[in-house]
Amino acid sequence: MKKMLLLVVAVMLTIGLAACGSSNNANNSTNQGAGETNNGGAEELSGSILAVGSTALQPLVDQVSKKFMETNPGVTIQVQGGGSGTGLTQVAGGQAQIGNSDIFAEEKFKDADAALAEGLVDHQVAVVAMSTVVNKDVGIDSLTKQQLVDIFTGKVTNWKDVGGVDEKITIINRPSSSGTRKTFETYALGTKTEDLQGSIQEDSSGTVKKLVGETPGAIGYLALSYLDDSVKTVKYDGVEASEATVIDGSYPVWAYEHMYTKGEPDAATAAFLAYMLTDEVQNADVTELGYIPVNKMQVKRDVDGNVTK
Amino acid sequence: MEQPAVKGQKVAFVKPHVREEWIGRIYTTLCILFLIVTIVAIVYFVASKGLSTFFKNGVNIGDLLTGLKWNPEGEPPLFGALPFIFGSFSTSLLAALIAAPLGCCAAIFMTQIMPGVGRKYLQPVIELLAGIPSVVYGFVGLSVIVPMLRAIFPGQGIGIMAGSLVLAVMILPTITTIATDALAALPSGLKEGSFALGATRWQTIYRIVIPTTLPALLTGVVLGMSRAFGEALAVQMVIGNAPHIPRSLFESTSTLTSAITLSMGNTITGSAHNNALWSLALILLTMTFIFVFIVRVLERRNHR
Repeated sequence: MKKMLLLVVAVMLTIGLAACGSSNNANNSTNQGAGETNNGGAEELSGSILAVGSTALQPLVDQVSKKFMETNPGVTIQVQGGGSGTGLTQVAGGQAQIGNSDIFAEEKFKDADAALAEGLVDHQVAVVAMSTVVNKDVGIDSLTKQQLVDIFTGKVTNWKDVGGVDEKITIINRPSSSGTRKTFETYALGTKTEDLQGSIQEDSSGTVKKLVGETPGAIGYLALSYLDDSVKTVKYDGVEASEATVIDGSYPVWAYEHMYTKGEPDAATAAFLAYMLTDEVQNADVTELGYIPVNKMQVKRDVDGNVTK
Repeated sequence: MEQPAVKGQKVAFVKPHVREEWIGRIYTTLCILFLIVTIVAIVYFVASKGLSTFFKNGVNIGDLLTGLKWNPEGEPPLFGALPFIFGSFSTSLLAALIAAPLGCCAAIFMTQIMPGVGRKYLQPVIELLAGIPSVVYGFVGLSVIVPMLRAIFPGQGIGIMAGSLVLAVMILPTITTIATDALAALPSGLKEGSFALGATRWQTIYRIVIPTTLPALLTGVVLGMSRAFGEALAVQMVIGNAPHIPRSLFESTSTLTSAITLSMGNTITGSAHNNALWSLALILLTMTFIFVFIVRVLERRNHR
């Protein structure tokens, strides 16, 4: 008898919890760890932070958040992927404290949604550079901007037309909504492209690398941290993609990694974002994971793509 | 703990078995209500999001269903989902065509030819296939099937054929399990009668067993197809995701599911592109309802 009653109670509780679950996410900033002793002398931080968005930035935020939580036991940081669009939507809607994005919020929130970008504060934490990569057998090691445009718009379909071997070009692209593709189109091609018949669209960098490495005549683009011997990197207008050429501004295909907050962040979030920019993180975790430290950059770029020294 | 409860029952104003009855009834009702609410909520959510493409963003429903060009980020944005619908149907149909003979033969082997060994060893092995995560299928497809197809056929190896082969393996357990159950439930009198009339085992199988269980076998195939229709990750990895109707089985194309998974996370909730993806989800949901309906019709024929 009692067991049955318990069962009924359990079921009702489950339903109740499921119903509350969605609303709980909204108020994540409840204070926790009030009883913890403070060793550092400074005011102790507490709270919980939810960082959602870009999968390209996720490994960095994840790794840094673990270090941050070790020194600040009162703070809980949860890092989730889901894509730049999800991150920006959630931070603008107040479901997450931090929205990770590969591109400027202004580029994502367009037309009817433009107002959503206004309340967001940008925190640039790293730089990601991309290099054009090709399959090893195409016999090319430099492409001009115009040649790239011709390839990605389908004007040139054989490698022999750009000085390579006689082999059909297979484009391994990113989905049209992807931040990586947007960066490549804006800074390498300078034009929007359509998904061509026969082209391949993959979202994950690992899959792109695998396909470029294995498919004869393939061309794609990858973040510098993904490059290895399985693919051949191609110079852009004669400039090799490397940390040095990105820092001094001679290689243009790069983008900031953004961590957006809605308005000014609370104490714990602000401290975490400040920690991301310390030399301790920038010179260790950032470079270790293949990003370029944002404070080393000798050039700056604004939303409209204007580059200043 | 149990003792006082038993004592208390003496003074209970309802008889224990009546109370038990009621508790059982309330419990089941609650579960059912919860299920109904969940299903209605999901359908409502997908429908409201998916229909807002037509009402809010002003996309013509005919253009979405028959348009050939999908370029939601372009100027002007184009939402032609026919290549995805074509991709979904062709991959799942081809997958069912590959898997149906394999699954039905495996079922016949396990029930008619070698019931002992078949049910003891083969069935668990085939059912194991259902427990493998789809990303593993996708990765195996990308590492084994795609290079193999690329070596044998002209083209990139990626495409409908690769997707169908991966899906065929994935839906094999569904088809086999349902077919095995149907064949095992066949009244033994039918078979014995056939043997008694002098028919060989093979004659019995294809003249008696298969025709009698055909609706059930088809149910399995349709359920397998609906599983293939809804599968996203494994297909996305091997199909190439170009929003075009391919010129061959070995050219990059998309399915409804792969288009959704590829872009859902990258788009802003409420934008036209995002709503269009929900419309694709609505098409997918509608198709699943149709599959369920077909299964129902087949089952009714089976019981007649």
